[in-house]
Amino acid sequence: MKFIKPAQQNPIDQGRVVGKPTTRIDGPLKTTGTAVYSYEWKDVAPNAAYGFVVGAAVPTGRIRSFDLAAAQEAPGVLDIVTYKNAGPLGLGDFNTAPLLGGPKITHYHQAVALVIAETFEQARAAAGLVKVDYARGEGVYELSDQKDSADPTDAAPDSSQGDFQSAFERAAVKIDETYETANHAHAMMEPHATIAVWEGDELTVWSSNQMVEWGRQDIAKTLKISPDKVRLVAPYIGGGFGGKLFVRADAILAALGAKLVQRPVKVVLQRPLIFNNTVHRPSTIQRIRLGASQDGNITSVAHETWSGDLEGGGPEASTQASRPAYAGENRLMQTRLAVLNLPEGNAMRAPGDMPGSIAIEVAMDELAEKLGIDPVEFRVMNDTQVNPDDGKPFSRRKLVECLQRGASEFGWEKRPSPPASKRDGRWLVGMGVAAAIRGGPATKSAARVRLESSGKLVVETDMTDIGTGSYTILAQTAAEMLGLPLEQVEVRLGDSSFPVSAGSGGQWGATSSTSGVYAACVELREKVRMALGLNAEAELNFADGSVSDGSAERPLTDALATGPLEAEGEIDFESRGDDHSYFTFGAHFVEIGVDVHTAEIRIRRMLAVCDAGRIFNPVSARSQVIGGMTMGAGAALLEDLHVDARQGFFANHDLASYEVPVHMDIPHQECIFLDGDDPLASPMKGSGVGELGICGVSAAIGNAIYNATGIRVREHPITLDKLLDQMPEPV
Amino acid sequence: MRPFTYERATSPADAVSKAAGRRNVKFIAGGTNLLDLMKLEIETPTHLIDISGTGLDQIEPTEDGGLRIGALVSNTALAADPRIRRDYGVLSRALVAGASGQLRNKATTGGNLLQRTRCPYFYDTNMACNKREPNSGCAAIGGFSRQLGVVGTSNACIATHPSDMAVAMRVLDAVVETQMPDGATRSIPIAEFYELPGGAPYIETVLEPAEMITAVTLPKPIGGKHIYRKVRDRASYAFAIVSVAAVLQPDGSGRFACGGLAPQPWRVEAAEQLLPQGASAAAQRLLRDAQPTEGNRYKLKLAERTLAAVLAEARS
Ligand SMILES: Cc1cc2nc3c(=O)[nH]c(=O)nc-3n(C[C@H](O)[C@H](O)[C@H](O)COP(=O)(O)OP(=O)(O)OC[C@H]3O[C@@H](n4cnc5c(N)ncnc54)[C@H](O)[C@@H]3O)c2cc1C
Ligand code: SF4
Repeated sequence: MKFIKPAQQNPIDQGRVVGKPTTRIDGPLKTTGTAVYSYEWKDVAPNAAYGFVVGAAVPTGRIRSFDLAAAQEAPGVLDIVTYKNAGPLGLGDFNTAPLLGGPKITHYHQAVALVIAETFEQARAAAGLVKVDYARGEGVYELSDQKDSADPTDAAPDSSQGDFQSAFERAAVKIDETYETANHAHAMMEPHATIAVWEGDELTVWSSNQMVEWGRQDIAKTLKISPDKVRLVAPYIGGGFGGKLFVRADAILAALGAKLVQRPVKVVLQRPLIFNNTVHRPSTIQRIRLGASQDGNITSVAHETWSGDLEGGGPEASTQASRPAYAGENRLMQTRLAVLNLPEGNAMRAPGDMPGSIAIEVAMDELAEKLGIDPVEFRVMNDTQVNPDDGKPFSRRKLVECLQRGASEFGWEKRPSPPASKRDGRWLVGMGVAAAIRGGPATKSAARVRLESSGKLVVETDMTDIGTGSYTILAQTAAEMLGLPLEQVEVRLGDSSFPVSAGSGGQWGATSSTSGVYAACVELREKVRMALGLNAEAELNFADGSVSDGSAERPLTDALATGPLEAEGEIDFESRGDDHSYFTFGAHFVEIGVDVHTAEIRIRRMLAVCDAGRIFNPVSARSQVIGGMTMGAGAALLEDLHVDARQGFFANHDLASYEVPVHMDIPHQECIFLDGDDPLASPMKGSGVGELGICGVSAAIGNAIYNATGIRVREHPITLDKLLDQMPEPV
Repeated sequence: MRPFTYERATSPADAVSKAAGRRNVKFIAGGTNLLDLMKLEIETPTHLIDISGTGLDQIEPTEDGGLRIGALVSNTALAADPRIRRDYGVLSRALVAGASGQLRNKATTGGNLLQRTRCPYFYDTNMACNKREPNSGCAAIGGFSRQLGVVGTSNACIATHPSDMAVAMRVLDAVVETQMPDGATRSIPIAEFYELPGGAPYIETVLEPAEMITAVTLPKPIGGKHIYRKVRDRASYAFAIVSVAAVLQPDGSGRFACGGLAPQPWRVEAAEQLLPQGASAAAQRLLRDAQPTEGNRYKLKLAERTLAAVLAEARS
């Protein structure tokens, strides 16, 4: 089904189920431990052997030799996979670094061996006996050192409008500042894990992966087998944040191991390996120049960004954040990519926008202050209903409303002025604001729906639920379309034998996959009409388990006389067209305390006001937004993979040394959604919000710290050591 | 993790006799530190003696008005004990500032004293580390050292001792009681319990092989205001960047020791004499011999300001 915009009135508008606050239908399975995660499948492979990954001890170079004798002879060991016995491997479309290293080593902790044994403990013990002799190579690891050698990249082409240079020179008030953001780890709760089972030449992997179809294709490509021979199953995923968009070493090594030992093999990446073995959000250096007239109209915007990756990798496209953000006719957007020999950089929740929003939204605060304009007002003044980057109108942009609603709910009028003027006990108190802006992409997504004789409606799609609530919103969509109670819908996800969905990434999952289920349900409704011989012209009304064409009303089960009714449908967004710009918007407000003595920074309260058109489920959408806010708080205050440029690795590679927020860091969060639909966005008339919440929030925190202390730190995370030297003497 | 054998001891005498003369043997108490290190092969004992059943889980009064804390008393029980809360508040506060509720339920008094450093290079067995692997070098020096020590360190090791509890015990002049395989016992003042790294950072305490901690005694209460201030990036569940344990008297005199700065709880009695002159003088004396790295120089100022915060709290 092609999406023809604007979406007309459709059954979703009834809002009986969609849009209602609904706790997740898979919640009881998760709270009782009965939702089965990748490593936990027992019945599919009761005789599975255990694989333990050995990571490279050097960041670059070559393996001279292995000494596997002791490991091979260790108790319980079945065999060991290395590049020597793995056979030739391909490189997945979405991988930069080979998932099995050797003889060449591409990065620290790149997998070089998988030790397979009868038990996990035996595999781990034997892994400790694997001896690898490396010839360490040369490498470069520090972005700041490689900045000047960085190149433009096709993945994020430069662009300009008007004449930035002369407009900036002429601007009455301007800022020119450089910001830095850190390397971030996804640090999802469930580690990467896979069970691999071969039956003849057919491979099934139970693997924690956000994008089932991409994963299936890349597993096939890496193993040099036909995608038809690969089945990927991922019904439950304990978080991914982009770290599981693509195939990782666990899946490939489990498959290679299972082939080698002729037995199912399960592999989990041990936590201290994950940080250097998998991918991370690359650090950035960003220079922002903003020029404005004396009365506060932005005339010129330049955003230059630098990041690094392995040879052949991609940039952290931070200019994305500035492109649609604010008015200003003269613009310059530049992305430079350096080669670094660190682990592979890749997508993490709101790639590009998240670090980009730190730079542009702090810069906006700085310019507002220079102009003497309130930062909320300054953003309102420079709002634009047309995307200044491409000249297209936004399908829906309620940024001003978000800012104004937030300001009044939060008590923004009480913001301390001037900075560093409010004290509460041991705390210097400040408030900060920032806009949240993130694309509202939508992409092809298919589903199969089946009305079974029991009256149950089964939904099948390879869509994933990465903790986001996909199960629930898909059930809501199907229930709405067929006029059934939620309990009568069963959703089955994350299996490549189901129709191909959009998957979970880039905040496209919710809108695309619900639209795919919508499309399938439209087909099923037609099948019901035919089965019951209802009026071909009439609008059908599905409600309370019955269907009516205006003259006759029949129980749905009547349509099942000849057996279950099944329909498949796919939504295609190509026809959505490119005459609009599709984005989601929000505003973050944060109150911060900074200890007068120690400069410890503690969040006091956070508020996000968001808009993405129709919100399919306010409960799970709120969870997404506050989760994003929490992650943004981590990036603002804690999270930093430290590059050790001598060792060529991230030194703090476990959860004790890479700190993410805990409950005490987040005392109070609120999230408000504006009402309204976006009929240009999708048949569901709304977009996802999985990444909106993380955009801008770190900047709001930085701006609040400035307001509290009068100290502007342009290098995130903002930790107490960066404040101490400038902290006022406590009185 | 290497394979190991395991047995349970029924008394301290039983435990030390089981350990006597054996190489590569370790006591295991709560296991919250030891097991993690074994999984990573940072510790590789071939035999474990479980001392959790040795009956040392009581807190009893001593003859001279102090308390004797059995080595197996959990951190939770110790922090919650009414006598500790009343007379040794700094200890109770230090304990609850550490780890998490679940960990404190398992963690023991003896094990806490002997927990090992959190230096990131100590944790990665690919890295040179004199503490883990004698004479292999120190990858942390010149590396990522934001969390590491500024004083008492050596050019072989700049790691810190991560315990909060030990810092409070140092300020309280606790005494570590031990038992040897030959039946002898020792009472080791905590000031003499830890060894500075020098050229041999793998030697961390004065304990002999097979010597077991049986108790920690606290002298009789000294009154004063008890404060434990732990500074960290994350609000909870993080090791101290800097901590200050202090017992301050109304006349402005007092005692203090710091965590997060050194390979052991860092207390300098001469610095305490300067407390009446304020935090700056006292902290400067405390850190007189500091040798920070570029990455952790901020700890000097932070220690001074944390001490100032403690003095301000005591005044308020
Ligand atoms: C995630 C995490 C966070 C933490 N955060 C903090 C924190 O913020 N602050 C803090 O202070 N600590 C923290 N800890 C450390 C925790 O306090 C220690 O792990 C705990 O106190 C160790 O006690 P245990 O009984 O479990 O020791 P075990 O792990 O059983 O033993 C530790 C060592 O002591 C030896 N040992 C134990 N008992 C005796 C004895 N009676 N005689 C001789 N040798 C003995 C063992 O052989 C072993 O070498 C944290 C730990 C973890 C895992
Ligand atoms: S500082 Fe000490 S513990 Fe850390 S690497 Fe150096 S020797 Fe090892």
